[in-house]
Amino acid sequence: MLMILGKPAPLLFGQLLLGIINGSFYAMLSLGLAIIFGLLNVINFAHGALFMVGAFVTWGLLHYLGIGYWPAMVLAPVMVGAFGLGLERTLIRFTYKLDILYGLLLTFGLALVLQGLFTNAYGSSGVSYSAPDLLSGTLNLGFMYLPVYRGFVVAAAIIICVAVWFVIEKTSLGALLRASTENPALVQAFGVNVPRVIALTFAAGVALAGLAGVLAAPLYSVNPGMGTDLINTVFAVVVIGGMGSIGGAILTGFGLGIIQGFTEVYYPAASSVVVFAVMAVVLLARPAGLFGRAA
Amino acid sequence: MDLSRRNLLGGAAAGVAAASLPGARARAASAKKLKIAVISDFSGPYRDIGGPTSVACVEQAIADFGAKQKGYDVEVIRGDHQENPGVGTALARRFYDQGADLVIDVPNSAIGIAIEGVAHDKNRAYINTNSASSEITGKFCNAQTVHWTYDTYMLSHSTGGAIVKSGGKKWFFITADYAFGHLLHEQTAAVVKQMGGQVLGNINYPFPTTTDFSSYLIQAQASGADVLGLANAGKDTVNSIKQAHQFGLNKKMHIAGLLIFLNDVHGMGLEVAQGLTLTESFYWNLNDRTRAFMKRVKPRTPNNYPSMGQAGSYSGTLHFLKAVEAMNNMKDVKNGAAVVAQMKKMPTDDDAYGKAYIREDGRFMCDAYLFRVKSPSESKEPWDYYELLATTPAKEAFMPMAAEGCPLVKA
Repeated sequence: MLMILGKPAPLLFGQLLLGIINGSFYAMLSLGLAIIFGLLNVINFAHGALFMVGAFVTWGLLHYLGIGYWPAMVLAPVMVGAFGLGLERTLIRFTYKLDILYGLLLTFGLALVLQGLFTNAYGSSGVSYSAPDLLSGTLNLGFMYLPVYRGFVVAAAIIICVAVWFVIEKTSLGALLRASTENPALVQAFGVNVPRVIALTFAAGVALAGLAGVLAAPLYSVNPGMGTDLINTVFAVVVIGGMGSIGGAILTGFGLGIIQGFTEVYYPAASSVVVFAVMAVVLLARPAGLFGRAA
Repeated sequence: MDLSRRNLLGGAAAGVAAASLPGARARAASAKKLKIAVISDFSGPYRDIGGPTSVACVEQAIADFGAKQKGYDVEVIRGDHQENPGVGTALARRFYDQGADLVIDVPNSAIGIAIEGVAHDKNRAYINTNSASSEITGKFCNAQTVHWTYDTYMLSHSTGGAIVKSGGKKWFFITADYAFGHLLHEQTAAVVKQMGGQVLGNINYPFPTTTDFSSYLIQAQASGADVLGLANAGKDTVNSIKQAHQFGLNKKMHIAGLLIFLNDVHGMGLEVAQGLTLTESFYWNLNDRTRAFMKRVKPRTPNNYPSMGQAGSYSGTLHFLKAVEAMNNMKDVKNGAAVVAQMKKMPTDDDAYGKAYIREDGRFMCDAYLFRVKSPSESKEPWDYYELLATTPAKEAFMPMAAEGCPLVKA
């Protein structure tokens, strides 16, 4: 058998693939965070909690209303996005003119409240949700068995990431968004309702977290703490990619997923630290992040 | 002697009152105040195996004891240790200082062991019903502490031993990288080797930040082992089993969850959990007495049935109250060592655990039950999850005292 650095090659191919799958979640979550930070300058600590809400909404749609996975893929992000819109209008918009730390504290508090409410309602051991029949089963790739659902997650994540990147960087809608944050007064003078644009942007970023939650529901235990487990890594991804850089967040998300995957083979105990080690090195070499514009 | 200013003043005042008022003694006897502190996880990953359901079980024990009728005024207070040993010990210290006569429950071995030291310093009773480490009655044992319910030795011997006996000889472990995980892995690996099995590998994964176990599962699969030993707990176990199913591991390997509670099975759903073998020392649907207990406690915790730790908090509280009653001297209740000595003197008997006893080292000696998780079609009612496979008598289920190194026990 072909060996690479003392490990069988098929095992490493498998890890590469698993790394890309985990990277899809990092990419999708950091994408939402990067949008909210890049366009609104809000460090949204509630992102992980909203991801959790997305997973619970997916479960709730099936459990209470009998609505399955495919409709949930549309409904859950819309519902979570609408919830985000409510948050933005009632709470978060008041922090725009304040120091950035206020938004961070507010969203951090919101995350704790959301997590507490769900713990109270559903307990800590969580609820279970299965992948739709169409996507259950495994594929024999020769070097490993790939669960079909995981393959689907990667495909979905790549499509979503590219679409979002395209909308923000390459379309006139994206240009309007960026202009609204660069110089709101001027854009307002052109007759654009800037507060509405900003609120919808926040909602869109949050909806992405909800969508990631839908994708995660069949993979992981749906429990109130599931967002907290991911959010620290995702923040590191955003920092490494360059705060606010959409493309950077996506590429870094996938890249770090792969690095983490290999660490899990060679030295598992370091697999949660490796992301932060990379972050330290990147910040020393490029303080604005890999893809960030120097301030 | 541990005399706080408040105790001294209170004692003096009571003395004065008793001397000056005829009949005051009888009235003082009618207000026998006790305070029980439930320190548990009320907001984090172990909430469902402790938390509000443990409080419900403690309250049930007080009701079943007939505290009111017997003239006891028992107050239950609760504290959330937030899975943090610093928070847990600070709570224990504060509760004991506020007059708590007993601290009970405490999931998480690190906190469970840390509070043992506090109970010793304050000389108050402490019943741990929800931590796993066998070292609680080993090198950390003391005269104030009783360890109820289960421990790592019992789990590894019951579940591990049964699987090796049924032909699962080649093991691969996935271990939570902290004291509890290591102990559970080491003790199970020892059982496997002792019974002629092999350990092909072990992975220590970072705790508690890991949600994706696929990489470790693939490595386990590649190792050629036929048993996957999960030395972890709570949502980690749920995640590892759920993902093992996604990769089809359950078709090629036997999955041994070394610490799984009824509440975890509920969270996973039978579709995923079916066929698992696991060990608990209590199951609500085990016999007429456990069902009777369940019927009484259910109104207090309708959505979360007690598993062994919570039932242990019931059993422990009840026995504590019986010991207090037997001592018939409220002053001695403040002497933790005396209360625990009294508890050890009396055999235990309650609906949740039946007849059992407490060993010299503080180990509660109950039988260990090996269960198989039912399939969805076998389950006839809500929370009907287990089928009993085997019973290990208490004497074989727990580590012999000679091997433990408990300083209380004279060799």
